[in-house]
Amino acid sequence: MLKVSLKKQLSDFQLEADFETASGVTALFGPSGTGKTQLVRAISGLELPDEGQIALDGDVLFARSPNAAATTNCPAHKRKIGFVFQDHLLFPHMNVRRNLTFGLATNAQLKFDEILKTLDIGHLLDRKPRDLSGGESQRVAIGRTLLSEPRLLIMDEPLSSLDKARKSEILSLIERIRDQFDISLLYITHALDEVMRLADHLILMERGQIRAHGPMTEILSRHDLFPPSGDMDVGSVLTGQVQSRDEKLNLTTITSAAGPLLVTGLENASAGDAVRIRLRAKDIAISLNAHSDISTLNQLNGKVTSIHDHAAGVVLLEINVGVIITAAITVKSLQALNLEVGTPIWALIKSVTVNSVEH
Amino acid sequence: MLLSPEEWEVINLSLKIASWCVAVAILPALAMAWVLARCDFFGKSLLNTVVHLPMVIPPVVTGYFLLVLLGRNGVIGKWLYNTFDITLIFTWKGAVIATAVMAFPLMVRSIRAGIEALDPRLEDAAAMLGKDRSTTFLTITLPLIFPALVSAFTLGFARALGEFGATITFVSNIPGETRTLPIAIYSLLQVPGGEDRIFRLVIISLILSFAALAFSEWLVRKSPARQMKAS
Repeated sequence: MLKVSLKKQLSDFQLEADFETASGVTALFGPSGTGKTQLVRAISGLELPDEGQIALDGDVLFARSPNAAATTNCPAHKRKIGFVFQDHLLFPHMNVRRNLTFGLATNAQLKFDEILKTLDIGHLLDRKPRDLSGGESQRVAIGRTLLSEPRLLIMDEPLSSLDKARKSEILSLIERIRDQFDISLLYITHALDEVMRLADHLILMERGQIRAHGPMTEILSRHDLFPPSGDMDVGSVLTGQVQSRDEKLNLTTITSAAGPLLVTGLENASAGDAVRIRLRAKDIAISLNAHSDISTLNQLNGKVTSIHDHAAGVVLLEINVGVIITAAITVKSLQALNLEVGTPIWALIKSVTVNSVEH
Repeated sequence: MLLSPEEWEVINLSLKIASWCVAVAILPALAMAWVLARCDFFGKSLLNTVVHLPMVIPPVVTGYFLLVLLGRNGVIGKWLYNTFDITLIFTWKGAVIATAVMAFPLMVRSIRAGIEALDPRLEDAAAMLGKDRSTTFLTITLPLIFPALVSAFTLGFARALGEFGATITFVSNIPGETRTLPIAIYSLLQVPGGEDRIFRLVIISLILSFAALAFSEWLVRKSPARQMKAS
């Protein structure tokens, strides 16, 4: 478990972080240029915080009071933190084998061959980094870090330099690593779909500050964190399971706490797979009745549980449909339908608007 | 082309002084290049200027400063003589110092360029794989700046072979002790009728310079860092 509480003055804002991570995958999520990389560099020991404390699994790695020298400052190479860099940073003068064995833990517990197999890099051993494709080079970088057997694995936007096909390949690899090796992962990204797919926990960052942290589904469902002026829309995250797939119509039926939902996409899913769905508030329409002569496939029956002001002329309704989902509607509609807390309504959700990812 | 004993003496002396010059200067040059490339501190531009001074002031002036500082009665020279019984003036050791001072800025520049071209995050990556600073330096930094070190070596060696002004000012022109190739050529120019001997020394001088260059090219091509840049 990682416990962080630190401050550091950056060139145009102050970095201030106070959080704990549980086991599993924690995503550090926020737009580019918010200090995510500086934060993990400080955690790793590559940068010196101005003040604060960092502890990993109970060991204090860093402690410094304001305006004093650090009382504890474990050097980066002794922290046993693995770091996978955005641009891989393989050592260009060593072949793949030497890159992989460079940080090999003494008394290695992990089997070299097993890692090679998981990462599918066995055939690359004698190549030089310059002869690797982007995806191959990232797999070697991940393997090199795993073989050093860190207590915590930090990945700094590991997909950002890859094309779409390679991204999905590395994502499934990270999932495999998460499941196969018992290791905590701190995953930095600004891509929502990566968070949805990987993260159990979420730390939301903005301009050097931690805006919220907690279970991913909870944080991404909160409407107060995503103001109308921000980059991200208000929405609700649901977890569910694939029930069936209609290949011909490319429609997937998902069972969730809100009842069955029909969604498009999920081409690679099969029955029983866990999926996560994010419903954007602005994609949900509200009706007082169910409709049979409408194209919208998902109609969920529920009750309004609260009403919040959002942008000018727009309100957010929280609706209990088995779980709480949020819908954005105009004030005009609110008045026309005479909606109040407790009003029974139908939430209409077009299948094509649902963001769903396999988990 | 058979060489006379005097000519052999000049060649041996020149090679000895040039070799010692780079041997003495390479580590301080590496340290200085590191400081200039990686550290940020008050007075850095002043230090940078001081390091480059021997490149811009007349070599005779550099030689004069050496004479003042390192001569028998100079501030440092006196102390060296009294404490260690070391005399630099009029000796080949003094010639090594003179050539080293002249070659130093060239070597620093060359190594600094190599360090600045190296992504420091490669060293971060090594640290995150559990390697301490000295291991990282030996396994990552040094191999990757190797071409820059070789070029510093070559430039320094060539500068030392060709150095004239500071050397003759500081250690004079003593056969077998401080008479290097350029000083020998200069001496022959002072007396009439030495044209063929001058020509032989000029040819030798060219051969040595070419050999140094070719050797460094070969070293760089053998180095792993070069193989990586070939892509």
